[in-house]
Amino acid sequence: MSLLKVTNLTKSFGGVSAIRDLSFTIEAGTIHSIIGPNGAGKTTLFNLITGVYTPSSGSVRFNDREVGGVEPHKLAELGMNRTFQNLQIFHNMSAVENVMVGAHLHLRKGLLHSMLRLPSLARSERETREQCWELMDFVGLAQYRHTEASAMSYGALKRLEIARALAAKPKLLLLDEPAAGLNDTETREVDEVIKRIAAQGITVVLVEHDMKMVMGISDHILVLDYGAKLAEGTPAEIRSNPDVIAAYLGTVG
Amino acid sequence: MTSMLPSALRLPPALHRHRGLIILAALIAVLPLALRNDYHYDVVINAGLNAIVVVGLNLLIGYAGQISLGHAAFFGLGAYVSAILTTTYGWPALGAMATGIVVVGIVAYVIARPILRLKGHYLAMATLGIGVIISIVLNTEAQVTGGPDGMSAAPFTVLGYTFASEQSWYWLVGGALLLTVWLSTNLIDSPIGRALRALHGAEIGARVVGIDTTRYKVLIFVISAMFASFAGSLFAHHTPTVTPSILGFIKSVEFVVMAVFGGMASVMGSVVGAFIMTLLPNVLAAFEDFEPIILGGIMMGTMIFMPKGLVPTIAKKLRRKEAP
Repeated sequence: MSLLKVTNLTKSFGGVSAIRDLSFTIEAGTIHSIIGPNGAGKTTLFNLITGVYTPSSGSVRFNDREVGGVEPHKLAELGMNRTFQNLQIFHNMSAVENVMVGAHLHLRKGLLHSMLRLPSLARSERETREQCWELMDFVGLAQYRHTEASAMSYGALKRLEIARALAAKPKLLLLDEPAAGLNDTETREVDEVIKRIAAQGITVVLVEHDMKMVMGISDHILVLDYGAKLAEGTPAEIRSNPDVIAAYLGTVG
Repeated sequence: MTSMLPSALRLPPALHRHRGLIILAALIAVLPLALRNDYHYDVVINAGLNAIVVVGLNLLIGYAGQISLGHAAFFGLGAYVSAILTTTYGWPALGAMATGIVVVGIVAYVIARPILRLKGHYLAMATLGIGVIISIVLNTEAQVTGGPDGMSAAPFTVLGYTFASEQSWYWLVGGALLLTVWLSTNLIDSPIGRALRALHGAEIGARVVGIDTTRYKVLIFVISAMFASFAGSLFAHHTPTVTPSILGFIKSVEFVVMAVFGGMASVMGSVVGAFIMTLLPNVLAAFEDFEPIILGGIMMGTMIFMPKGLVPTIAKKLRRKEAP
């Protein structure tokens, strides 16, 4: 059984179809990339899968459950989490608190319990903070343990979003352009982080422009063009696919 | 939060979290030395009651990023429930207060679900409307509420002890304020508090990690209304008469101004804001006709030079001095 199964998915904004009749599946335990020229519908597809948008038609099944149009916070409960191309950081909190928000689903949230700060809450808060510090170490943010999020660089915030998503313990992690705006060193670091996440058994889906990164780490690649599937396959297959080459480089004659 | 101080100055976490509370408790303990007469006490007691409302309101405005221009209505509703139940029906004061808190909580819950789907100006307008409606009801239901003339609550008696003197009220309200500050500080530094701050910081970001943002907006609206009701009940027993003027629109705006002036997303800011904005008009009364101008000037100056409010701005300055 595939972890994510998208069937005949369509999303129209007014008269424009951003995603047209798209079908594909994602197997558990793989690194799966979605590529395509600008405006191909990659981010729209992400927003459809993660409940930010509601599909016009078609189905999205996650873990054999229909999730098209289900609210994002319920998807998180089912084990799906994501990061954003244009960051969604809580700038009013510290870095570790951002990650702790990611652990929200796994914490006790009783009102009296919180207002009276019972010893069990104090203990669980301490443990959560420790675990979130470890996640920050894992994505390479060890030096930001005591930093406010508003004082961090763009590249660091990208990784902070990944740590926050991991704190929710997802089965499926969708990364929207994790390397956009990063320099070569930072891109290589993110590359390593993604491999380590996949090694833990978390299925990763990424939208990315950096071809070197995509070809290097993906098990499977989906190519979108004008909201429809252009090609699908292993990096080697995609690299030699004439349709893909045409879409990226243009056709002669 | 511990990161704000250099390590040498870092207190144990529990003390560090409640350093504001400790300072406040010390101030409450020594303040009577400066109070000369019952009038002084009366002003400070009212400042303390306002502070309870504003601490609760700031949970909604400063931390969760929602607005309410109707909090005086919850304050007033709590006051009226206490007055009616203790005077007309002879209930014990604490029972009436608890009932008021529950009633206001239910009212706030019922109205929160539809209005918290609104944003910005629309939310402000809707909460303003609620205040006006509750105010009209209390004005017109004269046989229950005394109408525009108002009504009095029975004396505040707990376990046989009646709070009668201004001094006894001072300690009662001081204790109530410390309790409010303690509960609020704990709430902010808990998974619920982080969820509230997160939905303010980046709502979509909060939703995708599993936070039901609507639920938390409703929750904090209800809690902040309950704090207002708590203060309202105390007010009803302390003031000679409860009249509809206490829950007017102007009063709601005053509460918001106190929160913004003292500092958004700052518990101690709310306390400082409430005290200054309650005390200042009394101090400035010496200037007679110029009082509103001076008051307005101080407020404008503060907002221009300290847009984050008094306490957060000063705290930041102090931190910068301490840092190596």
